[in-house]
Amino acid sequence: MRGADAIVKALEKEGVKHIFGIPGGAIIEVYDALFDSGIRHILTRHEQAAVHAADGYARATGKVGVAFATSGPGATNTVTGIATAYMDSSPVVVLTGQVPTSLVGNDAFQEADISGITMPITKHNYLVTDPKDLLRTIKEAFQIAPSGRPGPVLIDLPKDVTIADVEFNYPEKVELPGYKPKYHGHPRQIKRAGEMIMKAERPVILAGGGVVISNASQELTKLAETIPAYVITSLMGKGAIPETHPLSLGFAGMHGAKYANYALQESDLIIAVGIRFSDRTTGRVSDFAPDAKIIHIDIDPAEIGKNVNVDLPIVGDAKLVLKELIKHIKYRKRKEWEEKIEKWRKMYPLKYRKDGGLKPQYIIEKIWELFPDAIITTEVGQNQMWAAQYFKVRRPRQFITSGGLGTMGFGFPASVGIKTAFPDKVVIDIAGDGSFLMNIQELATCVDFGVDVKVFVLNNMFLGMVRQWQELFYDERYSATCLKCKDMSFEKIAEGFGAVGMTVEKPSEVEDALKEAIEIDAPVVIDFRVERLENVYPMVPAGGALHEMIDKEV
Amino acid sequence: MRHTIAALVENKPGVLARVAGLFRRRGFNIESLAVGITEKETISRMTIVVAGDDRTIEQVTKQLNKLIDVIKVSDISSNAVERELALIKVSTTMQNRGEIIEIANIFRARIVDVARDSFIIEITGDEEKVNAFINLMRQYGIKEVARTGKIAMQRGNKALE
Ligand SMILES: Cc1ncc(C[n+]2csc(CCOP(=O)(O)OP(=O)(O)O)c2C)c(N)n1
Repeated sequence: MRGADAIVKALEKEGVKHIFGIPGGAIIEVYDALFDSGIRHILTRHEQAAVHAADGYARATGKVGVAFATSGPGATNTVTGIATAYMDSSPVVVLTGQVPTSLVGNDAFQEADISGITMPITKHNYLVTDPKDLLRTIKEAFQIAPSGRPGPVLIDLPKDVTIADVEFNYPEKVELPGYKPKYHGHPRQIKRAGEMIMKAERPVILAGGGVVISNASQELTKLAETIPAYVITSLMGKGAIPETHPLSLGFAGMHGAKYANYALQESDLIIAVGIRFSDRTTGRVSDFAPDAKIIHIDIDPAEIGKNVNVDLPIVGDAKLVLKELIKHIKYRKRKEWEEKIEKWRKMYPLKYRKDGGLKPQYIIEKIWELFPDAIITTEVGQNQMWAAQYFKVRRPRQFITSGGLGTMGFGFPASVGIKTAFPDKVVIDIAGDGSFLMNIQELATCVDFGVDVKVFVLNNMFLGMVRQWQELFYDERYSATCLKCKDMSFEKIAEGFGAVGMTVEKPSEVEDALKEAIEIDAPVVIDFRVERLENVYPMVPAGGALHEMIDKEV
Repeated sequence: MRHTIAALVENKPGVLARVAGLFRRRGFNIESLAVGITEKETISRMTIVVAGDDRTIEQVTKQLNKLIDVIKVSDISSNAVERELALIKVSTTMQNRGEIIEIANIFRARIVDVARDSFIIEITGDEEKVNAFINLMRQYGIKEVARTGKIAMQRGNKALE
């Protein structure tokens, strides 16, 4: 069987239903084989978008997302997508074409050393040089990407390997001597964690993306209710507990609510689950939760002790560990702690000035009110933070954002992948004008494939988050952050692609516009002309401690 | 503190690049690195000498363990036999040859090549011994030094596998 046919057959065996990508000379054989397959290929208009789409698909479904690209520029275009997936532990398999093995290393036309380039941003990668290794390699990739701590895997396929004759003997499972993720936590450690929790007077749970990935939100919620303890998440952990739950304090960190940050800072025990203590979540790490002991549950042993000192590590899968841990807990109300937190919650709600023009926060509130079940993606910047603050996520995999790499241009193509997986769900990209422009070409993909995602652009005509920093910390010297173009209209751009465009300038128009956008059977872009100088508050300045938040009087 | 780390890795192309890349990216400092195949030809052994505090070394071993091609990692800084091999080309004269041979003998080093104005001397031993020998040779004029970097193995019955 031709190598290319074997590849496609292997993908079918892996249960792949959708592939995102763009063909080219080096991968043309594989596309030829794909022509006869039942797998649906979505032709994105940029390889970066193909990987983001596969990534969004993976995050929303929990299954491996697959992207194709050709050699050279096709492959290098995938880099930002791969790095984004890597930072947020998303299982993506990327297949790239490569020049024939006889030319590898010769600077041949469209040759780029993509396995070398992506070494630090993949969980693992391969350059297949012998057709005999082809099928085993694909199996390994599909085994490695979603297991343990998930991550992207790239397979580089020289053209001759895709042409070569191979015998189709696809292994059921392969042995990887150097790869043995540990799923079950150590029983003694779990017991000790239970004891620490029972003794704590001011416990909080800090949940990260790992809870979502391991499908452990039920267990996490149960643990919270059993202790009982308030739950704070990272940005990636949104959805680990319904944010409408009385024990949820939302997300903490640079733009977390004050009560969430205060609760962390004053706690005496942090039960950290599937979280890597990124600087955006901890603030100045030397002043992070000074009185707290830390229990750290994570499947990746290298995360333990990497950023903060941990008192009790438990290496294992969040779901399995939490299931065991709950058995060691007896309900004990901590009245004083609860009262303190509820007082903070009352004193420091998230807020913004409602007078004046069109407020971005108001738009998010309306989106939440009208479509609380929608799957939300975001771009990066103020739009992302407002979305995180005002959209109360009620289930895991509902809020999908580039947390680790902070990739502008992620949200829109990610929404394309998600809508492909869930054609019947409402999928909304909450965007900034700057970010949307970074992958706006995907409107063509949406129209071409009938992917009816909705892009709601909070258009402040600025690189807003950078402008906010310049306003607050650089004397309002707005260096290179103004995006105002005379007469530029997202409505017309959308129409130019054959999608539907709308422009909204007044608060009173928001509700109708949102409803109409969701009703229309087409990709829709709404250009919300928001207050240009609105800022995201509260805010921990970069390098500040979590409790050192700045806020604006409202 | 310097630590000696032994790693069993798949004998595949690219593994060295992965390990070296990991050290560079995470800001770990490699002082020496030696690679060779083991009793199984599909597996290589790396001996890595790295400087850092306990936290750094813990990260080094954990991050190495995360590489799919790395099978086993162990910090063997204590209670290990450590060896290094060096080849040293020293300038010689008719007058000092005898003296150099004598020093070499004391160190159990061997003269493996003799030319008109130079010797190549082979020495094995732990790092300090090799350093001491090289220092003594300086007075005669060292033309070239090639060192393997350290290899090491823990004493006793237990084996890294
Ligand atoms: C690809 C990329 N380039 C640059 C940045 C740095 N950056 C972070 S936020 C931001 C501004 C984003 O502007 P916009 O998309 O309009 O969103 P807003 O903050 O205005 O909501 C920039 C440039 C980034 N995160 N990603």
